[in-house]
Amino acid sequence: MARRLPHKDVVIIGFGWTGSILANELTDEGLDVVAIERGPWRDTATDFPISYAQDELRYRIRHEMFLRNSQMSVTFRNNANQTALPVRTWGAFMLGNGVGGAGLHWNAEFWRFLPSDFTLKSHLTQRYGANFLPDDMTIQDWGITWNDIEPYYDQFEYLCGTSGTAGNLRGEIQDGGNPFEGARSRPYPTPAMKQGYGHTLFAEGARKLGYKPFPQPSGNLSHSYTNPLGVTLGQCTYCGFCEWFGCANYSKASPQTTILPVLMRKSNFEGRTDCEVTKINLDNTGKRATGVTFVDSSGEEFEQRADLVILCAFSLFNVQLLLLSGIGTPYDPQSGRGQIGRNFTHQTVAGGLGFFDKDKYNFNPFVSAGAIGMCIDEFNGDNFDHGPLGFVGGGYIGQVQTNGRPIETTAVPPDTPAWGSKWKQALKDNYLSTINVGAACHGSMYSYRDNYLSLDPTYKDRFGRPLVRITLDFHDNEIKMSNFLLEKYGEILQAMGAKQVVKHPRKPPYDVTAYQTSHLNGGAIMGDNPGNSALNRYLQSWDVPNLFVMGASAYPQNAGYNPTGTVGALAFWSAHAIRSQYLKNPGPLVHA
Amino acid sequence: MHRLTRRQLLGSSALALLLMSPVARAAVVKGGLPWKPGSADPPTAVTPGGWHYFTPQEAKTVEAFVDRLIPPDELSPGGKESGCAVFIDRQLAGPYGRLDGYYMSGPFQKGTKQQGPQSSVTPAQHYRKALAAFDSACREKFAGKAFVDLTDTQKDEAIKGLEDGSLKLAGTDAQDFFKLVLKNTQNGFLADPIYGGNKNMASWKMIGFPGAHYDYRNWIDRHNQRVKLAPVGISNHPDWTQ
Repeated sequence: MARRLPHKDVVIIGFGWTGSILANELTDEGLDVVAIERGPWRDTATDFPISYAQDELRYRIRHEMFLRNSQMSVTFRNNANQTALPVRTWGAFMLGNGVGGAGLHWNAEFWRFLPSDFTLKSHLTQRYGANFLPDDMTIQDWGITWNDIEPYYDQFEYLCGTSGTAGNLRGEIQDGGNPFEGARSRPYPTPAMKQGYGHTLFAEGARKLGYKPFPQPSGNLSHSYTNPLGVTLGQCTYCGFCEWFGCANYSKASPQTTILPVLMRKSNFEGRTDCEVTKINLDNTGKRATGVTFVDSSGEEFEQRADLVILCAFSLFNVQLLLLSGIGTPYDPQSGRGQIGRNFTHQTVAGGLGFFDKDKYNFNPFVSAGAIGMCIDEFNGDNFDHGPLGFVGGGYIGQVQTNGRPIETTAVPPDTPAWGSKWKQALKDNYLSTINVGAACHGSMYSYRDNYLSLDPTYKDRFGRPLVRITLDFHDNEIKMSNFLLEKYGEILQAMGAKQVVKHPRKPPYDVTAYQTSHLNGGAIMGDNPGNSALNRYLQSWDVPNLFVMGASAYPQNAGYNPTGTVGALAFWSAHAIRSQYLKNPGPLVHA
Repeated sequence: MHRLTRRQLLGSSALALLLMSPVARAAVVKGGLPWKPGSADPPTAVTPGGWHYFTPQEAKTVEAFVDRLIPPDELSPGGKESGCAVFIDRQLAGPYGRLDGYYMSGPFQKGTKQQGPQSSVTPAQHYRKALAAFDSACREKFAGKAFVDLTDTQKDEAIKGLEDGSLKLAGTDAQDFFKLVLKNTQNGFLADPIYGGNKNMASWKMIGFPGAHYDYRNWIDRHNQRVKLAPVGISNHPDWTQ
């Protein structure tokens, strides 16, 4: 029997980016809030101090900061005819754990989606006709528009101190920024990051080919910055240990560096760490959440009742918890009915190597940062005419090399032996003079009828609950799109002066061992009616109105950008709706 | 929803104190950032001397093996002198050798390549079995000689046999074993020296990686210039005291 804890106004499941944002917003309303996190407390001084943060083996190779598969994993198959098997150690994606969540180990590539991304189905249908889209593609509009979300992108950027160059300021195109971005209400809070030699050379190559390169928006800060909460971040030192690592220098935006110093001092907030929520509880109508059940590290079970439940776990685990709690109708790919698990997507990423003459080029690849780099956006979203190309979607292309860490980043030409003196010689000859960008072509993945999440019938977690099962494969549209981007990337590497370009095209089938970013989306998507979505436009469950579900699980499909900027913006958008509408009149914010 | 009202902060603090009662075992963090001095978790440095996992015979084989994968030459000391065998030994004796943190519940079934490794065999078990099989295979192929007693050319021939699958190992896949040893050896050679490999930062000096520096602000816009900083590791560097 679960021990019942005193009632709270709000229980938050998961204490990463969205949990921290919602906790801070709702405690500002005077509500009593508890956030329950399955991983440990983490802070800079204890967990990744400057004296040992730069440890490639420990963090990058042995995954020390990440969710351990023994605590929670997933199963995977390419299609419904296969038996899904467990992911025994992470490969295609790396999932966070502990306070701060993925916000601790991310690169902080801080993008906004395009205005047309939010109305994708209508936009593409209007421009190319409904028959242009593949039959089994299930993309749809988000239920919000650019004007709805822009103020909240701005709010998240100013929380984090994001570094960048504006490309479209209130409708005026700005030199040096991304001319394709939606109109922004303010410039970035801090100027763009400085760029290394390889990044700068890429921009020169892109300009030669007629493109308009711009610095990647960055949550590693070019300058120290004090945010509206009064929390100060330091200047990035270009140490080259960013993605997969915690920042020892307080210069990467994370819940720890932007929100927690304020939130943790509030007397109406508490966090519970090493506690795993096992279920969202419903009353006997099934239409109202009464709170959650969780298990602490000693195995004791607790019930935390609350008036409002905010689900802020990672996308996959949001969907898992909805399915385990019997909220909404599980998606059935045969009939296309049911919303929970539908429209699951990842990213379609490709990259390659540019080998340069070692006597002329020295890139110092270790002088870098998580969100450094120069990019072009000519081939993202619908910024270009897809009519003659036979696919939809796109992505940014960039020299966004984040590091020169020797285990991960050393590259040798393809004809080099894998070991011996020739391998050593090639390592030495190419380390400083190679451009190595795994995600140079950061492409979209649109949604399809047969890519979805469900509960696994066989494999269980440590509490005996079914793991979430991923059924996912690439479709021709994404592969065509990715190959198109890679062709353009190769041309830019040539224009930079590479003596050899080695492309690594993305090939089907989808491989759960091949790292492709950790951008997993969908499964509990937002939309304009309960017949096409799990959540309304405010991220409120259609089925259980006192439940809100944050995060990228709400994306109807994925755009050609990193998702966290949009995750943060949606969290502020939803928090605003809760504060300004829901608390005054609790109930559905959109009537179906 | 009648409970969802704006509470006085004082009231909620009093409630929080009740929650802090010792019966609740869950870790509760509130009232500030819960930092405690002395609670950091630095890496465990390699302990010198002796073998923690390998038998003396296995250790000799692995030392000879890593010294062919990374041969001593004018570019750097070899894998043995760089500590790659020590690195692998300590890794196999630790969490990695046991696959701590992996999802290890059954059933274990063979899947597609795209579904990733599904073996219940740990790296420590894999080495034990494959090293014995490797020595037997060498004795069969090279007139009764164990791997360590072969000439360099013969050693390379044996390793190539593993790499291309032509040298069969009893009870285990030769190519999988080759890939495992190569990955572990290169990890040890290129990782921070605190784990026993990359002794004296041999690999970092070879390629020009300055190690665990934390601040390159003075270098970010000095384009196409060689960074002239001596490499440093997490623990220290011999040059620091000179």
